[in-house]
Amino acid sequence: MRRTYLDHAASAPLRPEARDAMASAFEVVGNPASLHTSGRRARSVLEDAREDLAEVLDAEPAEVIFTSGGTEADNIALQGGWAGRRAVRPGIVVSSIEHAAVRETAAALSLRGARLALWPVGTDGVVVPGWLADACDDTTGVCSLMWVNNETGVIQPVEEMAEHARSVGAWSHSDAVQAFGHIPVSFRDSGLDMMTISAHKLGGPVGIGALVVRRECGVGPVQFGGSQERLRSGTQLVALAAGFAAAARQSARVGVDAEALRLGALRERVVAAAAAEEGVDVLGEGVESSPAIVNLRIAGARADDVLMLLDAAGIDCSTGSACEAGLSQPSHVAAAMGLGTGASETVRFSFGWSTTDADVAHLLEVFADVAARARLASR
Amino acid sequence: MRVLAAMSGGVDSAVAAARMVDAGHDVTGVHLALSKNPLSFRSGARGCCSKEDAHDARRAADRLGIPFYIWDLSDRFIDDVVEDFVSEYAAGRTPNPCLRCNEKIKFAAVLERGMALGFDLVATGHYALLERREDGHTSLRRAVDETKDQSYVLGVLDQHQLRHSAFPLGDTRKVDIRAEAAERGLRVATKPDSHDICFIPDGDTAGFLESRLGARTGDIVDESGEKVGEHEGTHRFTVGQRKGLRLGTPAPDGKPRYVLGITPVTNTVTVGPRESLRVARIGGIRPTWAETEVHDTWRGFAQVRAHGAPMAATISHRESQRVDEEPAVWVELDEPTTGIAPGQAVVLYDEDRVVGSATIDEAVPA
Repeated sequence: MRRTYLDHAASAPLRPEARDAMASAFEVVGNPASLHTSGRRARSVLEDAREDLAEVLDAEPAEVIFTSGGTEADNIALQGGWAGRRAVRPGIVVSSIEHAAVRETAAALSLRGARLALWPVGTDGVVVPGWLADACDDTTGVCSLMWVNNETGVIQPVEEMAEHARSVGAWSHSDAVQAFGHIPVSFRDSGLDMMTISAHKLGGPVGIGALVVRRECGVGPVQFGGSQERLRSGTQLVALAAGFAAAARQSARVGVDAEALRLGALRERVVAAAAAEEGVDVLGEGVESSPAIVNLRIAGARADDVLMLLDAAGIDCSTGSACEAGLSQPSHVAAAMGLGTGASETVRFSFGWSTTDADVAHLLEVFADVAARARLASR
Repeated sequence: MRVLAAMSGGVDSAVAAARMVDAGHDVTGVHLALSKNPLSFRSGARGCCSKEDAHDARRAADRLGIPFYIWDLSDRFIDDVVEDFVSEYAAGRTPNPCLRCNEKIKFAAVLERGMALGFDLVATGHYALLERREDGHTSLRRAVDETKDQSYVLGVLDQHQLRHSAFPLGDTRKVDIRAEAAERGLRVATKPDSHDICFIPDGDTAGFLESRLGARTGDIVDESGEKVGEHEGTHRFTVGQRKGLRLGTPAPDGKPRYVLGITPVTNTVTVGPRESLRVARIGGIRPTWAETEVHDTWRGFAQVRAHGAPMAATISHRESQRVDEEPAVWVELDEPTTGIAPGQAVVLYDEDRVVGSATIDEAVPA
């Protein structure tokens, strides 16, 4: 059976360029921290990757800190950003629609004495404008707002957040995991102090991400060891870094704008099909979104059933966020947007480099039937 | 056919799913998440509600190469099984939550949802046999392995439910199922059987009920109504119970005393000699019928516990069931028996075939 993968936001298929780059890099012997010839060769591969990635990100190589992924980068940003100034700046501000890597870290810090404020979102999925002015002040240590929401694709006002945080002396951070590779991202222009990215969301390998940290930002480490990546200890991930950089280079070669146009057209087809269907709404309709994510609420249908029926029809998509038991929880993002019980009726489709017209055609071919059957099953 | 295999994470449901795959069906596995706060690991004899059990079910599905999902039915389970269990005890009755779960969850909520999603059958690892006639009529019979027979807890299923069920293990003995699981490379082959009530993690039913109902001290009285002791909550007792009465006053005849009845309204427990437990006639309410044609009066067998012995009886029922729930089924036992508690199910058999069931409401002394 034809399988159509519409879950790039969970993990994108590995790009061939990344696979090839890693195949070569895995041949390289040695630890990049070693001083001998082999070590220097490994180091060279690693630093090439860092420089390439920095160029795509519009950042300085010294600002790129490789981590094991987005979650570790988010943890360093929040924990490490808050801890150093906690006495004078006990406040943390994060949005109510953050990924668990930010949300749960912030919640854990609140148990250690952080004063946590959750930035609410409107029904359109964008954080409430103007709210930050009161909530983020000179007692705030870190302020974090994701660039693109992972469930709705809605783009958040990250630059405004960074500007306000700077004006009160708080470190600003953005989880840009779903933005990098899908919409234009310039670390330099963003005004951010810290930014999280992850390789496997744009066709790189799983197991590597980065925290991009402005030189002036005083974030500290959260786990200790050899400080190989300054803020991050542990033997450096040479081959994975090579794969990450190759994926980013390829993404830049195709061009983020050109790709956004291509994926945006695919997204439009899904949005149009949804509009034609009774009781199907696009989450965050009418606001600026990533072209790579579209989230549909199918009123009167369990998202679990929609996923199962689409799966049986050969289509991979996702619901809310899966917990460890594999049980899907009602989406906290949809809940924060005020959907109530509708939070269990949302299904996400996400696109990327391998997504084609035929993939979307496959989805649209079966969608109406699946929605109708799922509704029948939840009666 | 398209088959939904309910997979608890135990050996039985894994083999049941495997057999449906072998039979050429298009099988999808589902694990039912019934607990709001599942434990991470199995503890003691609990065998279906932990995350580890969900994982075991998933790995069995992987092994069989079938799709697998988890369905969150915890809300339904709390309403229809847990709360029912508590309120039945509060009313002085002795419920069977497994039976209730089959009636309300597995072969109702799950079956209906599965059928709406395009499935034809729900397959489980219960030990029972189904006999399908040409015209689709389906009879429920006892399993080949008498010690594992679960036709009693399936006795509440009606014809519609039976037609859309599959019990692939009914023709095999449990020991052979374990061997088969091992041959199939299923890791659950040696996993211990589950016992007890799945939603009471520590097995302390009295403690669980007490946390829900509170402990209200009341009188223990004898058959004449004279107070012979005190109790710390009627939920600690079930009809036929002998242990834990802690009676200060010995019986006049010096013989052991048993719980004869529980009266929640006055919060009293009535005790008496073993002879007074003897029941010759059982009145049942809320009957369900597995078979479609049932005589008004017939000779058959009645079973009142999951692994109780079938008792020869004459069974009669009335068509019109009044709202005030006057017993609609009467079971005259050939030989009086003991320990019949209101709330238990009486399942009615014609030889080894389930005809129907009812909830015991009255036990008339011999």
